[in-house]
Amino acid sequence: MVQDSDSGSRPRRDYLRIEGVTRRFDDTLAVDGVSLAIAEREIFALLGSSGCGKTTLLRMLAGLEAPDAGRIVLDGEDLAAVPAYRRPTNMMFQSYALFPHLTVEQNVAFGLWQERPRLARAEVAARVAAMLELVQMQRYARRKPHELSGGQQQRVALARSLAKEPKLLLLDEPLAALDKKIRQRTQLELVNLIERVGVTCILVTHDQEEAMTMAGRIGVMNEGRLLQVGTPGEIYETPNCRFTAEFVGETNLFRGRVDGGALHCEDFPAPILLPADADPDDGGEAWLSVRPERVALSRAGAAPAGAGCNAAVGEVAEIAYLGSHSVYHVRLANGRIVIASVASAQWRDAAPPTWGDAVRVAWFAPDGVVLTR
Amino acid sequence: MSARARAGATAWLVVVYAFLYLPILCLVVFSFTAGEITTELDGLSLRWYAELLRDEELIAAVLLSLRVGAFAASAAVIVGSAAAFVLARCGRYPGSAAFAGMTTAPMVMPEVVIGLSLVLLFTHPVFAFLGGRGVAAIWAAHTTLCTAYVTVLVQSRLREMDRALEEAALDLGCAPLKVFFVITVPVIAPALVAGWLLAFTLSMDDFVLAAMLSDPGSTTLPVLVFARLHHGLKPEINALATVIVAVVSLAVVIANRLMLSAQKKRMAAARHAAGISPAGRSAVTLRDPDNRSEWIAHP
Amino acid sequence: MKRARCFLLRGHFWVGLLPWAWMLLFFALPFALILKVSLSTPELAVPPYVSPFVLEPGAALPHFRPDLASYRRLHDELRALGLAGADLQYLAAWGGSLLLAALTTLLCLVIGYPFAYHIARSREAARNTLLMLVMLPFWTSFLLRVYAWMSLLDSSELGLINRLLLAAGLVDAPLQLLYNRGAVLVGMVYSYLPFMVLPLYANLVKLDQRLLEAAADLGAQPWMTFLRVTLPLSRRGIVAGAMLVFIPAVGEFVIPDLLGGGDVLMIGRKIWDDFGPNQDWPMAAAVAVTMVLVLIVPIALLHRHGRANGNGAQR
Ligand SMILES: Nc1ncnc2c1ncn2[C@@H]1O[C@H](COP(=O)(O)OP(=O)(O)OP(=O)(O)O)[C@@H](O)[C@H]1O
Ligand SMILES: [Mg+2]
Repeated sequence: MVQDSDSGSRPRRDYLRIEGVTRRFDDTLAVDGVSLAIAEREIFALLGSSGCGKTTLLRMLAGLEAPDAGRIVLDGEDLAAVPAYRRPTNMMFQSYALFPHLTVEQNVAFGLWQERPRLARAEVAARVAAMLELVQMQRYARRKPHELSGGQQQRVALARSLAKEPKLLLLDEPLAALDKKIRQRTQLELVNLIERVGVTCILVTHDQEEAMTMAGRIGVMNEGRLLQVGTPGEIYETPNCRFTAEFVGETNLFRGRVDGGALHCEDFPAPILLPADADPDDGGEAWLSVRPERVALSRAGAAPAGAGCNAAVGEVAEIAYLGSHSVYHVRLANGRIVIASVASAQWRDAAPPTWGDAVRVAWFAPDGVVLTR
Repeated sequence: MSARARAGATAWLVVVYAFLYLPILCLVVFSFTAGEITTELDGLSLRWYAELLRDEELIAAVLLSLRVGAFAASAAVIVGSAAAFVLARCGRYPGSAAFAGMTTAPMVMPEVVIGLSLVLLFTHPVFAFLGGRGVAAIWAAHTTLCTAYVTVLVQSRLREMDRALEEAALDLGCAPLKVFFVITVPVIAPALVAGWLLAFTLSMDDFVLAAMLSDPGSTTLPVLVFARLHHGLKPEINALATVIVAVVSLAVVIANRLMLSAQKKRMAAARHAAGISPAGRSAVTLRDPDNRSEWIAHP
Repeated sequence: MKRARCFLLRGHFWVGLLPWAWMLLFFALPFALILKVSLSTPELAVPPYVSPFVLEPGAALPHFRPDLASYRRLHDELRALGLAGADLQYLAAWGGSLLLAALTTLLCLVIGYPFAYHIARSREAARNTLLMLVMLPFWTSFLLRVYAWMSLLDSSELGLINRLLLAAGLVDAPLQLLYNRGAVLVGMVYSYLPFMVLPLYANLVKLDQRLLEAAADLGAQPWMTFLRVTLPLSRRGIVAGAMLVFIPAVGEFVIPDLLGGGDVLMIGRKIWDDFGPNQDWPMAAAVAVTMVLVLIVPIALLHRHGRANGNGAQR
């Protein structure tokens, strides 16, 4: 998602700077030397599997956890000495953490009540009303949290964390408690809302689709380390390591040795041609990642692929029909499975191949991505 | 379940409830006798209730028990919730196991042993400043005993409380001490109320500690009743029992009503919310908020 | 974080100070005193014992001169076990207490298990009320409930049960119902039944009905299902309930005192007598020490099973 460029002053590029932040719990290194710069009014997603330290990093930004090493600078201010309750950040918790003994209204007002100097009663009421209107929860102002559905609770939690107009909004798996249908609808709603408010936002998720839908940039995390930062397109099309390639979307990974611009791989019948712009060290170990939708599938008897193509013949082992496309698992002669995603429209003229059929898989050399780690 | 098994089950329930309630029923029935004998309905009258009201010794004992009970329960709630907070939130530190053992041990120690140990404390010359035996000693003993129960109740409530609530309050700019009073205390309030009531009934009903620690000026109701039971039975005791049973039943019925209606309202509201947005139902948690089984009484 | 942690620790320190101080003063210290007094010599004084710590003139620190007489007395009784004509009052009291506590526990289990089981299996709407009915008597006065049994079991022709029996012509003369071990047992079972029922209920109500259906589906007879599924799964509830009854029953002395008359000796009552009329505090303290030692095993059992049983159904 691209930021509005016409919104007044130019956003600063390093509004939030995280420098070498590390946090260790007993024997686990939950966050390991993460450095990151986030621009003003950016929506940034931290993507990673369960237990990779996303929540811990977020909690350190909120001040609920202190880094063992590293610095966090927000809008030019080092946050190290600022306790959680004085930080200009607000967090939306994974479980929402709505106060059960307060009404929706009071929950949203809670942060405003803490402001010093005190805010006038009327101002608090006005801001709460505005917030509830923003998330369309005016009707439920007098309800207690347990009288709300999951989606409504989520919106109240969002309103509560936005009410103080934080410099940095932290969302920990904001939609995890919703089921799939609602989640997809809410993702866009949430992005629109955040952009309308114009707050800088870090969002944690382990759902790659959610990250790609909502964020302008994504940081991929694994085992406490930040592996790659980039736009959704960059992350998907040009992963810089095996973890990213496999975690974001599906991929075919071939491991081998680089020799003369080709990858010699035991799994593949011929040396794999590499994209021209990649120049890994000769003789070094490398991996090639090819996305299934880049792999073309044709009947073995059809005309062979042209030059600059990697191709191999195998038989269909598995087909998953998914409506718009089908995923074929093709077993090569040496037993290696190659996954190809084929648009249903491709078989307009002929019957699609079925189990046991001999097929050819092929991809253009530039469609592969060479990975060295 | 077959019809025969069901009949057997019902029969067993009836038999055991009869065992539990018949003695109490007898007490109540014979409290209305006009005669002197506790097991004969010699005409109906409220004579013994009138007698009860005239019995100054007994009324003094009741008032003392109420006072000790209220003070002990309040102190137990304060000490017990502090102990529960330490147990639930401080993790392990040197001495934490000893502390956990100490706070809950009075619950499982025979009362004679606790009573004896406290008598030794209060009569020890070095601890004369505690004032020796008397009302204050009984209060301290009851507080110690009740603290154990309150600690268990409050601790389990704290454990199941979402820590994120406190963190959210911090995050919204609330200072730690204030968080405790505006978030933690209201959230665990039901446990505090339950703990107070439990402590109050424990203290009102305790005979052993009160008897061992009382001096002539501090006769609580159970101590007085025990003495009277040794000096021959009078229907006045039946009248007293009837009054107590009536008060307790009324309190329990009211409390139960309140709890049930609150629960019903919650469930209806949750159903309503789920109806508006059916998919959100999974996130709405419906659980017994009162943990009834922890409302354990004391004989 | 260092600073924040320090702050938190300090905060916790202040919160912890009150309960720590309270428990040290009113629980740990008194127990140390019991140990000390059990090693003292009884004397006609206030308080009625001579401390084992003797401060001799000229010495800076007091000397420790324990008087083991009280323990020796218990030990002698153990040694005299089996000898004719030996005076075994403490040992007899211990035996009586353990036997009565065990019988009480057993009877409570036999009565309480099916009771709790059927409550747990009854309709959900009825369960709350049924449970409330179990607890209600126990929020009323304990002494008055024992008193109720005194008038029920009264041995004269005025006792309620005796009057029923006489009226029905089942007996010619009133039976000696009160002031014997039977009366004590009835009173104890009556008083401690809820402590068995509540943890059992808490356990049984969580029993997944589908397990029973699965067992039936696999061809198990109902009694086999009970023996092989229900009973093993409720083991924790049984242990917790049994300990909750057994532990206080061992130390009980009010019920034996009111329903048992003079010759039902129980160890709790020995402590009471030595402490009260006999004014032999060292002996009372020594017996209390042995009681704590004897009860450590069931308390540990309760701790392990009661905790795992959840729902703090303690005591
Ligand atoms: N308070 C703590 N004490 C000890 N270990 C912790 C603590 N908090 C987190 N960890 C550990 O740190 C690692 C990272 O945890 P974190 O909660 O940040 O993961 P996450 O990426 O948010 O995972 P999820 O997607 O499941 O929420 C995990 O291995 C976890 O076990
Ligand atoms: Mg997390």
